[in-house]
Amino acid sequence: MSWILPEGISTFAADIDLIYYWILVITGIVFVVVEGGLLWFVIKYRARPGRKAYYIQGNTKAEIIWSAIPAVTVVFIGLWSAIIWDDIKGRDSVPEGSLAYDVRAEQFEWHFTHAGVDGTLGTADDFQLRNQLHVPVNQPVVLNATAEDVIHAFFVPALRVKQDIVPGLGAVIWFEATSTGEYEIACAELCGMGHYRMRAMLTIHTQEEYSQWLASQSPVATAE
Amino acid sequence: MATSAVPLEHSGHAEAHELSFIRKYIFSTDHKIIGIQFLLFSLVFLLVGGILATMMRWQLGFPNEPMPGGGLFPETMAPGGILLPEFYNSLVTMHGTLMVFFAIMPLLVGVFGNYLIPLKIGAPDMAFPRLNMASFWIAVPAGLLMVAGFFVEGGHAGAGWTAYAPLSADPEWTGVHAGQQLWLLSLAIIGLSSILGATNYITTVVNLRAPGMTWFRLPLSIWALFITSILVLLAIPILSGAAIMLYFDQTIGTHFFDATDGGQPLLWQHLFWYFGHPEVYILILPAMGFVSDIIANGSRKPVFGYDTMVWAIVSIGFLGWVVWGHHMFQSGMNPTLGTVFMISTFFIAVPSAIKVFNWMGTMWRGNIRFHVPMLHAVAFVAMFVIGGLSGVFMASNTFDIYIHDTYFIVAHIHYVLFGGSLFAIFGAITFWYPKMFGKMMSPLLGKIHFWLTFVFFNLAFFPMHSLGIGGHMRRIYDPTQYEFLQPLQPINKFISISVFILVASQIFFAIAFIMGWFNGEKAGENPWEDNGLEWSTPSPPPHGNWEKTPHVYRGPYEFSSPLVEEDYLPQFKKLDGDSEPAAAGGNGRG
Repeated sequence: MSWILPEGISTFAADIDLIYYWILVITGIVFVVVEGGLLWFVIKYRARPGRKAYYIQGNTKAEIIWSAIPAVTVVFIGLWSAIIWDDIKGRDSVPEGSLAYDVRAEQFEWHFTHAGVDGTLGTADDFQLRNQLHVPVNQPVVLNATAEDVIHAFFVPALRVKQDIVPGLGAVIWFEATSTGEYEIACAELCGMGHYRMRAMLTIHTQEEYSQWLASQSPVATAE
Repeated sequence: MATSAVPLEHSGHAEAHELSFIRKYIFSTDHKIIGIQFLLFSLVFLLVGGILATMMRWQLGFPNEPMPGGGLFPETMAPGGILLPEFYNSLVTMHGTLMVFFAIMPLLVGVFGNYLIPLKIGAPDMAFPRLNMASFWIAVPAGLLMVAGFFVEGGHAGAGWTAYAPLSADPEWTGVHAGQQLWLLSLAIIGLSSILGATNYITTVVNLRAPGMTWFRLPLSIWALFITSILVLLAIPILSGAAIMLYFDQTIGTHFFDATDGGQPLLWQHLFWYFGHPEVYILILPAMGFVSDIIANGSRKPVFGYDTMVWAIVSIGFLGWVVWGHHMFQSGMNPTLGTVFMISTFFIAVPSAIKVFNWMGTMWRGNIRFHVPMLHAVAFVAMFVIGGLSGVFMASNTFDIYIHDTYFIVAHIHYVLFGGSLFAIFGAITFWYPKMFGKMMSPLLGKIHFWLTFVFFNLAFFPMHSLGIGGHMRRIYDPTQYEFLQPLQPINKFISISVFILVASQIFFAIAFIMGWFNGEKAGENPWEDNGLEWSTPSPPPHGNWEKTPHVYRGPYEFSSPLVEEDYLPQFKKLDGDSEPAAAGGNGRG
């Protein structure tokens, strides 16, 4: 049992995680106060013979206070979330100069089209990999995703990225990784019999390694 | 108050007419019998839904090991006792579907809407008793069709209880054809049953209240059922319409939800959740109503802030219509809309908090009797708090990016629907059982059942929060496929074992229920010393409920009133200073 989020490795992971820890602290306090209060009432006011309960219909002042406190708290969490949300998922949030990839999701695999050495999609040196995505670190990346058949969701827990990809609608997903290594990509939307094994690997290289790796991938690799 | 709509069959005398067994117990128009029919119907589905859950949990806790008893299943479900992934998807789908549509919803609305509304407002029966009988007998074939799906070629529906298109729209993607179609037909049919029921409840509450039963003397259970009925009446037709459209996509080649031919998959989600979020409140508001009644009774105190509680029910019912998009934050809809739905969702925290604090206010300085219904009601409050607080995490669209479609939402929904609704249902059944059957349930068995359920419910569902925080996706057949999930596998195993014990513990409820029926202690008119009108008639009440329409002199929660010696003062008890209510206060029989 852990309340600690796994390591986050994208530029916005820390922002998302901070919202989580704030909500955890706020709800944690409410939890202790309310459940503690409930337990205390249950013990203190248990029935005893010859005693009658206190006859009271309510108290408007108390009710206003306990409506106002949650109202203020949730407005605070809501406004804060709205700002971060716009940075991550807003219509204009994709950073300029992002390295572009095409992603095609189908039952039950991912196809990632990498721009070749020229760094541009739609040219002859593009190549496609099945269930493998390679990106450079510290470089914004944008995935233009489409779904062939049913809805899939692109989920990389370590990046704090999740986005449904709806057939006919597609999705634009961006992130900037902040550390190198191999991380798992999962499908997070029930997509049929093989949903549980619709898994891919994300490899994050240093800039130099990425250039070398690109050079080593000849366009022949397109044939999956 | 309107004075019409007296049920024809009940004008005149309250004593039992000579009815044949079939008219009395099978095709009955008596709201009490229909309520009990719904009770038995939905308890069976509750059991089936629970068994499906244990099968899912077997696979998750012990992936790819043969399930004990799995050999009984055909090759198309579990060859060698090992569940197939497509069968697992059917289990996921049917556990959700049966629990929502065939267990929790009929338990709350079908059972107690029927049983309590006439008895608590002082009416001889529902406004439309035959419509009422029809609503039960329409639900039965819906249930049979839903069960039949397990036995057709291609297997049962496997696209989740939310049936997201296009997965659900085209057999090409799942291999499921007849199963999904039966699923859709069954939902459309049980929807009709709900609509008939809701029409009846609304009419009855508006027209058949006894003299003196003003709106603000209605018990909160009735307020909750009344607002719920309005939600049912407006929400269910949307589901029915969407289900029929999807059925056409499946069968006659329309493309409402199929993008390859110009349809829009997101339209299904909008329609489903436009129904689905009011549905969530359909599943919790009646529970809140029952718990309010039981907590006041157990605490021997008036409900703290009755008027505020009524307005909280009304505002939750209203807000329920403007939050559906929070199910779709990561769906690809316009991100600005995501922010709008986040803000509307957060507003629900306010009436929810009011309800929790007012329940606590009710218990404060009370003289609390811990009868079995009260244990369940207090557990409801404690569990609803956890479900409400976990909702805050999900309501933030930004943090939802990470926890959407993980076990965090599975934990949340179970804290609300099991910790919330189902504890309230156990509370309500044990509270009104003596009235229904004229016998008491064993308090000892009731307490054993309560404590086992309370402990193993928490052991089963609380750790799911941490699975979600670890990124564990929901609805996956085999978590060991992912490296990052392997450290979480011991938690999965722990949860599974807790679920097995939780489901097994329900045997104590079954025994108490059946034993009470046969040799329970005889219940008097008012065994809980309560104030409601239903306690002024024999247990069980006769056909027509009262010899003479009761008159109402006060609100429903006058516990520990200084006006009387005892610590309760029923709505129907006339004190010296009380004047007779205006004759036209209710059902016109006065």
